[in-house]
Amino acid sequence: MSNVTLNVNGTTHTVDAEPSTPLLYILRNDLGLRGPRFGCGLGQCGACTVIIDGMATRSCVTRISRVQGEITTLEGLVKDGTLDPVQQAWIDEQVPQCGFCQNGQIMTAKALLDKNPNPTDTEIREGMAGALCRCMTYYRVQAAIKRVAGGVVTGEPVAAKGGVE
Amino acid sequence: MTTFTSNPRKLEEVLGMQDSATSRRHFLKTSGFIVVSFSAAAVTGTGPFAAAAGSEGAGVQRAGPYPDPDFRQLDSWIVFHENNTATFYVGKTDCGQGTGTAFRQMMADELDIAYDSTSLVMGSTDVTPDQGGSGGSDAIQRDGWPMRRVAAEARRVLLELASERFGVPVEQLDVSEAVISLKSNTSRRVTYSELIKGQRFDVTLTGRDVNETTGVADVKPVQDLRIVGQSPMRYDIPPKVDGSLVWAVDVTLPGMVHARNIKPPVVGATLRNIDESSVRDLPGFIRVVHKGNYLAVVCEREEQAVNAARRLRVDWEKPAVAPFPTSEELFTYMRNAAPTSRSEPDAVGNLEAALERAAMVIEAEYDVPFQGHTAFGPAHGLADPSDGQMTIYSNDMKSYGMRTGVAEFLGMPRDRVRVVWMEGSQAYGRTAADDAGFEAAFLAKEIGRPVRVQWMRDEETAWDTKGPAFTFALRGGLDAQGNLIALDYNAQAADYNHVGYNEVETVLISQLIGTRLATPNSGRAATPSAMYAIPNQRTATQVVRLPMVWETPLRTGNLRDPSGPQVTFASESFIDELAAAANADPIEFRLNLLAGSTDDDSGFKRARSIAVIRAAADAYGWDTRPSPKSRGTGTVVTGRGIAYAFRSQTVVAEIAEVEVNRDTGHVWVKRLVCAHDCGLIINPEGLRGTIEGGMLHSLSRALHEEVQFDSEKVTSVDWRSHPSLTHADTPAAIDVVLVNGDPNPSRSDLPPYGAGETVCKPLIAAVANAIYDATGVRLRRVPFRDERVLAEIKAAAV
Ligand code: FES
Ligand code: FES
Repeated sequence: MSNVTLNVNGTTHTVDAEPSTPLLYILRNDLGLRGPRFGCGLGQCGACTVIIDGMATRSCVTRISRVQGEITTLEGLVKDGTLDPVQQAWIDEQVPQCGFCQNGQIMTAKALLDKNPNPTDTEIREGMAGALCRCMTYYRVQAAIKRVAGGVVTGEPVAAKGGVE
Repeated sequence: MTTFTSNPRKLEEVLGMQDSATSRRHFLKTSGFIVVSFSAAAVTGTGPFAAAAGSEGAGVQRAGPYPDPDFRQLDSWIVFHENNTATFYVGKTDCGQGTGTAFRQMMADELDIAYDSTSLVMGSTDVTPDQGGSGGSDAIQRDGWPMRRVAAEARRVLLELASERFGVPVEQLDVSEAVISLKSNTSRRVTYSELIKGQRFDVTLTGRDVNETTGVADVKPVQDLRIVGQSPMRYDIPPKVDGSLVWAVDVTLPGMVHARNIKPPVVGATLRNIDESSVRDLPGFIRVVHKGNYLAVVCEREEQAVNAARRLRVDWEKPAVAPFPTSEELFTYMRNAAPTSRSEPDAVGNLEAALERAAMVIEAEYDVPFQGHTAFGPAHGLADPSDGQMTIYSNDMKSYGMRTGVAEFLGMPRDRVRVVWMEGSQAYGRTAADDAGFEAAFLAKEIGRPVRVQWMRDEETAWDTKGPAFTFALRGGLDAQGNLIALDYNAQAADYNHVGYNEVETVLISQLIGTRLATPNSGRAATPSAMYAIPNQRTATQVVRLPMVWETPLRTGNLRDPSGPQVTFASESFIDELAAAANADPIEFRLNLLAGSTDDDSGFKRARSIAVIRAAADAYGWDTRPSPKSRGTGTVVTGRGIAYAFRSQTVVAEIAEVEVNRDTGHVWVKRLVCAHDCGLIINPEGLRGTIEGGMLHSLSRALHEEVQFDSEKVTSVDWRSHPSLTHADTPAAIDVVLVNGDPNPSRSDLPPYGAGETVCKPLIAAVANAIYDATGVRLRRVPFRDERVLAEIKAAAV
């Protein structure tokens, strides 16, 4: 074990782990983040996606010793209690079924839209192709991406949503 | 060594994080939370308040033993808070369709409380009455009724209390959004929570079983429902997109350790020797646990367990006989196997005589391989053995069954075991979540610390339960006018040793340990569901077994509309083949078969079948003509196909429009239309999402999914070797038409029918029929992967 320093969602953390440990386990088990999830551990499904310096990155196949830049997770998209427009579009379109894959959908879409704010249908299909969903919410995911690109997201604060307080 | 705290505190935290409004203890401590139940005395008006506040109701978290919440007590279902909000407790789980939102809508509507003033707790065995969890698409159809009735009863009792308070008859009271007022003077009003403040009520409900739970009050007529039929956004979605939801896989407990299984490398192999020295010095290593052929390694940290499971050296002895044929040989094997059971054929008229006199006889065989659940998130279970109890955190859709099964498996009293249901990866039937829950409990008991076990991807894809493989042989006879006068249906399913839900002898760990059912559950080969009037019919089914019955990854279990997609692929493809032989339009051919009989059934299924087929045709813009259409010369050809089915009382018709590339064999379903009649609709937007997802799941099965194996093991182990639908396959348009085809559509007792699974049935056939329309090539073997389609196109030289 050795100390590794990681910058996650604007905070610096030092963790004591094997340098070969996949980033996913550190984010989930040491930093208590719940956005990135285990789906395959093989880089095939996208469940574990985080954004590192603007790139959608599969944390299940990324060793902590290799991580250099700033890591953003699903939780880190929420700024001052306000959802990212991508997250808000997911609510507007009622995208998730079980929701287990949606970290991968949202983070992949976020990185895609940051690079290309107006993707064509083909660019969406190709750019998202590696983000799998077994509830098959693809149609709504694509609608939500088009909503963000078209600028029709309401972007309400998180607190305004949800049930009884 | 163990320093973790007891279960109840942790559970509260977990429930509290899920929905802060529903943490009962939180309210108990900080806001004078009360548990209300209504006494029989209150019902008769002789003395409403039985006891002081502060008593714990059936649902309050505490250390074991864990009794079963009494479904005949109103406070097991509904708890009011001081701020005039209510929490509902139901014995259901959600597999991702947002049924929780629908439950809140139904109960809020009957209770006359705003939807936003309610919250919901589902499926945890010690806090919610046992409604069995999920399954069978009956959440709304069956389990919604007791929910509605208990909410109506709570409203009735509150009105009685207000009537006493104001000294006026109930008829002179109005109720809206949890406030009761005098009709004559609306400034005289009282809230629900003011009525029940600081009191403990007791109302006993009646009903032979939980499904029949009822009070005295009637549910509202459909016309009076205000929240039902609206589409409030699903409450579970915001925490799923901002990362705040605590999923079952996220729960951590003090002292928790991690386990990974090691499965036999060859199916049926016997564990001979474990070389523990291969892992003993690895960091975080705790123990290798084995019993019979079940083997797991436990470490302090998760990545350590993953690593140790990979490195552990084990000697396995191969079985004497191959466990199964290869996937290439499967259908030949099935056709030649002696059935283990067969149904008494269902016969109408005289099939053979009708075939004899038919002007044309058509025959076809169809094959569907094993297809897996292959959950997106591999199976998981977390078990906490502290305080002599066993708490399992799981997304298994049948939490109650898991509780009973684990208690039996571990030899613990049932009231020392509970299952806390939490959200997880999709669970469309009997998944490996059952198996992982048992494994976690077994390991936690062995280790004496909370153990979290999670399957790896290869394990999930290879070893989860499978939808059974089918072979079909159909014959049909047309008369000279092209009328279908005879239909012979034969199906056989590789569905021997069908795995039930949480049955001790069928979970994988039991089988690997060596526990056996005396007689394996023989599954079934299902029959088609259509309302066609065919004068001479024979419907026969049989089940065949594979050589290896136990400890096998080719174990079958319910997979989303069990057997429906397979059976409807054969039956509705064949109807299309008959329509083509009769040179008839596929929709007209079906409508003729439906119109051919005048007798109807109680649910008006025939009339509603006709209504959905017409609605789908209208929405699609169907042009009436026989298939196949005359083809152009281009590389990409297009076509459309329809299929229809029902499940219980829900009827659906689906139309697929495809593009087929004749050079590559690639099929793209560019448009889907679904007309859907499930009676009363609770949440139209939620229903649309469910329909889209269900159709695309079957599209994935149509185009991609097949479990492959050699004669020793399953070789489909990841998303490359068991591919699934991707974004690239997504249709450009999906149109869902919600139909109310009831002959009396505005009747006040219109029931809701189940909506989850029916849409899974017709889709594969609709795609096959569309491919035929486009190319003239009939695909009779699922899935329609590029290479198979191309080979068929080449063989037909089109
Ligand atoms: S879990 Fe990382 S890509 Fe699947
Ligand atoms: S929403 Fe369930 S896996 Fe995508």
